[in-house]
Amino acid sequence: MSKTAVEKIFSEKSGTDSRAGDYVVANIDYVMANDITAPIAIDAFNDLGMSAKSEKIIIIPDHFIPPKDINSAKQYKKSKDFALDNGTWFYDIGNGGVCHQVMMEKGFAAPGRLIAGADSHTNTYGALSAISTGIGSTEAGVIFATGKMWFKIPETIKINLKGKPSKGVEGKDIILHILSIIKNGGAAYKCMEFSGDIQYIDINERMTMANMTTEAGAKCCFFDTDEKTIEYLNQRNTGEYKIVKSDDNADFEQTIDINMAEIEPSIAIPNSPDNVKHVSEIHEKIDQAYIGSCTNGRIEDIRKAATILKGRKVDRRVRLMVVPASQEVYNQALREGLINTIVESGGYFSGTTCGACLGGYMGVLGPDEVCISSTNRNFIGRMGDKTSKVYLANPSIVAASAILGRIGTPEEI
Amino acid sequence: MMEKVSGRAIVLGDNVDTDQIIPAKYLNTAEPDKLAPHFMENEYPDLAGSIKKGDIIVAGKNFGSGSSREHAVITIKGLGISCIIAESFARIFFRNAINTGIPVIEAKVSANNLEKITVDFRNSRIFCGGKEIEFREYPEFLKNIIESNGLVNYVRSGKW
Repeated sequence: MSKTAVEKIFSEKSGTDSRAGDYVVANIDYVMANDITAPIAIDAFNDLGMSAKSEKIIIIPDHFIPPKDINSAKQYKKSKDFALDNGTWFYDIGNGGVCHQVMMEKGFAAPGRLIAGADSHTNTYGALSAISTGIGSTEAGVIFATGKMWFKIPETIKINLKGKPSKGVEGKDIILHILSIIKNGGAAYKCMEFSGDIQYIDINERMTMANMTTEAGAKCCFFDTDEKTIEYLNQRNTGEYKIVKSDDNADFEQTIDINMAEIEPSIAIPNSPDNVKHVSEIHEKIDQAYIGSCTNGRIEDIRKAATILKGRKVDRRVRLMVVPASQEVYNQALREGLINTIVESGGYFSGTTCGACLGGYMGVLGPDEVCISSTNRNFIGRMGDKTSKVYLANPSIVAASAILGRIGTPEEI
Repeated sequence: MMEKVSGRAIVLGDNVDTDQIIPAKYLNTAEPDKLAPHFMENEYPDLAGSIKKGDIIVAGKNFGSGSSREHAVITIKGLGISCIIAESFARIFFRNAINTGIPVIEAKVSANNLEKITVDFRNSRIFCGGKEIEFREYPEFLKNIIESNGLVNYVRSGKW
């Protein structure tokens, strides 16, 4: 019988011959938790009184790191102590970064693997042909102890990408366009599989797209493996992995054709990531411009920003914040002189954290403030006060807007 | 698992996300008592204070979308909410609820705010405003977790 990639991977990991809709208990290759989700997982783990499957566990503090207050410091310390006491994988500031970026850089994410993460944007590793899915903390704690978890195998929505994206259209624009069609919750409980002309989409752009399948409510995401995937993996310490592909005649829940050539630079306006307009329609003044996060904080994003900022000045009413998604990205930006360019333009460049994206710290918005951000969510009060507004766009548009003092495009500067 | 609960309906709309349920600035703790007063505070500043133990949330589509934060479920538990009914749930919120033993029911219910609702789990029925709404039973797999009062107890029981 023909199967989708996600059916094949869940079947293999559960030792069953299963289809979409079946409940299985599957062996998890890796389980990740951060400083917000790990403490509750550790409580569940301790309740079970079992020993830890340490080789499968990765702890990556990133949300409120370095600790923003005493309570955050307690949560961080609890996560760190658990990791060190049990000999799990552990990436602290200085060698870690935003959890999802670290999972991909350090080789945990690879084709055919089943990875669970106590963070909703765990879908990101689908960019590398893994099945990875966001879970809660209690169940992460159960995986710490048992290495297994229950799942309902999802149906697959096949997204058939056709054509070549125009200049200035990035992965962010493609996924915003798709979100405007599928809508928040439109892929709930499902796997979004991307195939077709993916050769036009670089790995970092695929990561952005996979990341925001969460905003459609998807359980996971899957990109076919190609030369670009292999090239990325060859630079990482992945160990062995197995390439899996959906059968051509597999039972897809639906197929959506997307003509990438027709997509324009896009922006998600408040208060939902599926509320998408062409960026040329929006000219609102901004108070903050933010480039970073698991969505768009990679070296390619920072290069794009630096190209636009070089020799220019950030508007005096705007705080531009550039936050690399990992220490590796930071170090590369340092080597390439990108940090100098950004700082000389009047931007602020910090160490790694994802605090601002969720209104945690390091860039919280005040009443009525407006932010254009390279992140993934613009819910009410997401980045701060409930009257503040967040617009989501690609990092080039964010950098251009920082110079313009209002939402605009690189062509306008 | 309890057989029946009754309480006042706390009516919410579609796409209630976890940033609304509990804003991220409070995620530096996981204590139910500290989280509960901030339930939905950006949209409805007085709501948390008005909720009584046993009240039932009645929501629309895609309840609990967004982040994986289990704090959303902990917040709702901290308020003493006895059951969450929604037309549909976002998947991680649904898992968190099942895994931590708070009853969640997928059903479309039109209730007035604070109207009395009764949920009969044994017979899969909701009673509200003189109407009777049938809901779908959980699959056997989930029932076992629910009847163990959550995933940790289920794993402990050795059935897994």
